[in-house]
Amino acid sequence: MSKEEKKVNRRDFLFTASYTVGAVGLGAVIWPMIDQMNPDKAQQALATTEVDVSNIEPGKSITVLWRGKPIFLKRRTPEEIAEARAVNLDDLPDPQKDEDRVKEGKDEWLVMLGVCTHLGCVPLKDKGDYNGWFCPCHGSHYDVSGRIRKGPAPTNMEIPKFEFVDNNTIKIG
Amino acid sequence: MSEHEYIPKSKAGKWFNDRLPLLTLGAHLTDYPTPKNLNYWWTFGGILTFCLITQIVTGIVLAMHYVAHADLAFASVEHIMRDVNYGWLIRYIHSNGASMFFLAVYIHIFRSLFYGSYKSPREVIWIIGLMIYLLMMAAAFMGYVLPWGQMSFWGATVITNLFSAIPLIGDSITTWLWGAYSVDNPTLNRFFSLHYLIPFLILGLVVLHIWALHVPGNNNPVGIDIKKPSKDTVPFHPYITIKDAFALLVFMIIFAGFVFFTPNVLGHSDNYIPANPLVTPAHIVPEWYLLPFYAILRSVPDKLGGVILMFSAIFILFVLPWLDTSKVRSAIFRPIYRQFFWILVIDVLMLGYVGAMPAEGVYLVLARVGTIYYFLHFIVVMPVVGYLEKTDPIPLSISEPVLSGGAEPSIARKTNDKV
Repeated sequence: MSKEEKKVNRRDFLFTASYTVGAVGLGAVIWPMIDQMNPDKAQQALATTEVDVSNIEPGKSITVLWRGKPIFLKRRTPEEIAEARAVNLDDLPDPQKDEDRVKEGKDEWLVMLGVCTHLGCVPLKDKGDYNGWFCPCHGSHYDVSGRIRKGPAPTNMEIPKFEFVDNNTIKIG
Repeated sequence: MSEHEYIPKSKAGKWFNDRLPLLTLGAHLTDYPTPKNLNYWWTFGGILTFCLITQIVTGIVLAMHYVAHADLAFASVEHIMRDVNYGWLIRYIHSNGASMFFLAVYIHIFRSLFYGSYKSPREVIWIIGLMIYLLMMAAAFMGYVLPWGQMSFWGATVITNLFSAIPLIGDSITTWLWGAYSVDNPTLNRFFSLHYLIPFLILGLVVLHIWALHVPGNNNPVGIDIKKPSKDTVPFHPYITIKDAFALLVFMIIFAGFVFFTPNVLGHSDNYIPANPLVTPAHIVPEWYLLPFYAILRSVPDKLGGVILMFSAIFILFVLPWLDTSKVRSAIFRPIYRQFFWILVIDVLMLGYVGAMPAEGVYLVLARVGTIYYFLHFIVVMPVVGYLEKTDPIPLSISEPVLSGGAEPSIARKTNDKV
């Protein structure tokens, strides 16, 4: 009896083959049920936004909506740029040079996702210990470059893909 | 289970019962031998069933008037409040009903902790109960999103962003949950669908919870195994039904007090401001029943760490039956554990309080102390106290006195005095 049990016979092959086909079939049915929850075509179509920035004075910022999320556009003063660049990278939880967060030659324009990298709240401008942004939800402080300095947020505020269409227009996305 | 086989009296009843033994089930539920010393802390099972039915009935009615669309949801809730006949009443019962549901479930859970109802042989009842509790939190969270006010929107943003803490795939998961690139109309739509589904899942689990309860039978305040049926038991009906009904009446008076006199005291006024994705309210707080976990989340200065600790705070309860090493169930006979139990109660209440306060200064310190104690209680105190504690003598039965006099007067002896 025990010898026969160990032998691989036609029935074992049929079991394995049936389970395999069944699992593939089940997976093929489950995937559409899962993927339908991902952003649909209409959501994806909202992928770019163009913004006229000609009215923004140095030192001021505006907020626009892109893909349902706020984008901060800040025209920084030379002092603010100097302050952002004077920071020692070793003092940053997520080290990144200010130069890497702006377009070359357009250093005064900081364009970033106005979303705290902790749990997604919108940080308040001109607040916090570092002259930048402060998230009221759980107390993250960002500097004038939008880099995380203190608090639970793990990374700097994200820089979206953007480009200057002309001197006064920024295309986000 | 009653020993005798139930036979319906009428011919039609017998005919039906032979084909589907519903009448046997009814007889089992009526005669079900219940410990005669159950106190009022045992009435919350019935109260919770009432809460679930209330939420389902009022929820179905609200869904007849509510519109699950980002542009219309807020206005449709105001429409319910102002235009729909008795809409204000039904909505206030539903929103306050959620709070009453949690109030009852917390008492139910702490009753189980005090009297050791989670211990062998009732582990499966306990685990099913925790699954119900998890589903309740999911349902409550999604329900809170539906009015699409400021707290709805930002609560949804913060909670869904918890999943973004997962390494590598976190961002894909949050986008998948949203169905968009932020909390948006697709999110609201699916939350409505799931909010409607979950109560029925809970209902199914409640049936399993009661089924699992009826296998070993109820625990009781002295926590000993009893013979069923015997001098220690009474039939469920009418003894327990009347006691449950009285407790339910008192509970409903408190419930009605909230609904008619302070219907908004447990909510947040910011949720009467329509959702605005550009402005985060200055002070985001979840509903009161989630505050202790929120305090644990905020007590950790690291995103992933905070999220892990918060989920652990719930999931550690699932292994509680195996963390508790004491053979004695009821805290009445556990002089040391009893004190730690009350420390835990105070600790959870304190965490709830600091969860509502800003995460800074003394509140942050208290949140950290509270979080540390919460985990110490389950990981260290429960196993160690179970080994070291000298428990008081336990009675042999509910009716008979303790063999040799223990230091503490026991409920068993009191019951006996009366008899």
